[in-house]
Amino acid sequence: MSAPASRRARPRRPHPSGHQRAFAERTVRTIARRRVVSALMMTLTYVAAAIATLPLLFILFHLVREGAAALGPDFFTSTPRPVGEAGGGMANAIVGTLVVVGIASAVGLPVGVGAGLYLAENRGTRLAWTVRFLSDVLNGLPSIVLGIFAWDLLVRPFGQFSAIAGGMALGAIMIPLVTRATEEMISLVPGSLREAALALGYPRWRTSLTIVLRTALPGIVTGALVAVARVAGETAPLLFTAFGNQFWSTSVTQPIAALPLQIFTYAISPYDEWHAQAWAGALVLIAIVLVISVVSRFVTRARFGTGSD
Amino acid sequence: MTEATLGGEVPAAPRSGGAAGARMGGAAFGDRAYQLAILGFALFIPLLLVAIAGAVVSAGWPALREFGGSFLTSSRWDAVNGEFGAAPAIFGTLVSSFLALLIATPLAVGVAIFLSEFAPSWLRQPVAFLVDLLAAVPSVVYGLWGIFVLVPVLREHVMPFLADTLKLGRTPFFSGPAYGPSMLAAGLVLAIMVLPYVSAVTREVLLAVPRSQREAALALGATRWEMIWDAVLPYARSGIVGGIILGLGRALGETMAVTMVIGNRHELSASLFAPGYTLASLIANEFSEATGDLHLSALMAAGTTLFVLTLIVNAIARWLVWQVARGPRGR
Repeated sequence: MSAPASRRARPRRPHPSGHQRAFAERTVRTIARRRVVSALMMTLTYVAAAIATLPLLFILFHLVREGAAALGPDFFTSTPRPVGEAGGGMANAIVGTLVVVGIASAVGLPVGVGAGLYLAENRGTRLAWTVRFLSDVLNGLPSIVLGIFAWDLLVRPFGQFSAIAGGMALGAIMIPLVTRATEEMISLVPGSLREAALALGYPRWRTSLTIVLRTALPGIVTGALVAVARVAGETAPLLFTAFGNQFWSTSVTQPIAALPLQIFTYAISPYDEWHAQAWAGALVLIAIVLVISVVSRFVTRARFGTGSD
Repeated sequence: MTEATLGGEVPAAPRSGGAAGARMGGAAFGDRAYQLAILGFALFIPLLLVAIAGAVVSAGWPALREFGGSFLTSSRWDAVNGEFGAAPAIFGTLVSSFLALLIATPLAVGVAIFLSEFAPSWLRQPVAFLVDLLAAVPSVVYGLWGIFVLVPVLREHVMPFLADTLKLGRTPFFSGPAYGPSMLAAGLVLAIMVLPYVSAVTREVLLAVPRSQREAALALGATRWEMIWDAVLPYARSGIVGGIILGLGRALGETMAVTMVIGNRHELSASLFAPGYTLASLIANEFSEATGDLHLSALMAAGTTLFVLTLIVNAIARWLVWQVARGPRGR
């Protein structure tokens, strides 16, 4: 509104009246101020981006500095030592995490992929809408609530903490993640591919499973890996399902150790050696998570060329 | 039902009889079995939610029946005498979450605007990647970092600075001794943790704002910031609010990191320097030392409360985000 006014006010008449001159000056000042505000706010978004990335860099820095010192071959091969004894490792916790996450995947992957297939193939229906909504709601539930669920279902009736209960809790966390990833990846498969298969006389189910699902598979694997990475770091639901274990155990019906649980126990303990172990455990955990994140990002980008956003 | 759902995206295959009838019959069986199977997996999700609701409510039921409404309003938590009121934990949950959003929202929206509007292309991917990675860091790692890095820094530098240098110690919000583990620490850790969620949703919503909206604003002579502020943000408003509420849902239920830095004390205090409790940290911290069935059930009732709280918050958030994703109606 002010730009045309200023253009009219400036040239043309050799002797503008005082009123007009004041108006012109005010307009110029307004424009200048608006430009300054714009530049300032743009700068602030740069600052916000800088501040938002700092915590991650800080955390990584401290993890490497504190964790690397306590990380040796022992860490991966031996079980925890009693307080006061130096050394020891988290071999049992690493294996425990593998067991629990394996159980979780056995539950979460088939259900998630199946549900994702359903959502992608029945896009517009009311049921699909409802399931998608509920899947999102499930995804938003605190993980500790899923721990209570698994505890009530699988620990309380048997009077026994178990790896199975932990796996179930984590599996329930995986389901909405895998569902969402599967649905998204399948909807990226060109419709012409499906139509070509159908035109060649493939039944619908074989088209879905051998053509569409196979095409989307790398993306789905990526999504599954992200889900695995996410639950591998979950602690809260394991507190009252897998419970933790200082000793070597791979039995699925017994309490089992897990890397995040062990980190928690050691971090809140009063012993310096345990703190060092906690840092080492956290470094291992974050290395796993980061490797999966980075790999999945590059796989997805190479595959679909869409970047990641 | 099967017929209706089968005709989703692809034209229906011919399923008339005649010469091809026999082969088609086999295919139709396969199709039906396949549809039923994936329908079953899809229905698993609502069933799971119902089962979770049932389990969480039944686990907390004895305590809820015993204490009724006073479970939510009483601040007595006395395991020895069997009296349980979760008011401090509910208060702590709300305060730490709102504090987190207060800190994280401007940053997250700023980052989202930066990434969707201003960032030079060489900077966009790396920054987006780093911010997304924040969401991938496990909660327990934030907690560890919180205990050994953030809390000491707060105790030695930030808290004295706020209380003495800025003279905020006279207000009730920054009074009391600076222990370190506190509501403030919990709020800060939570802020870092919810930032990527809020920023991811906001970025998505901003990208969904049509180009024409921006071009129209620029054509009217708006500066780039005025374009964002007057044309883009109002258009995306309900989606951004949805993202913030989604972040709120995350913050309310976050357990490990909060448990490790909030100090775990049943205490109602206006001061951000005071230790507190959240519903989630209450469960996590006291579960292993629960003394009897009623104590255990009271912890589970805290879980029930948390469940209902996050359910409502999430439903609202999803609805708001979808409003934008579907595009504005009649605007």
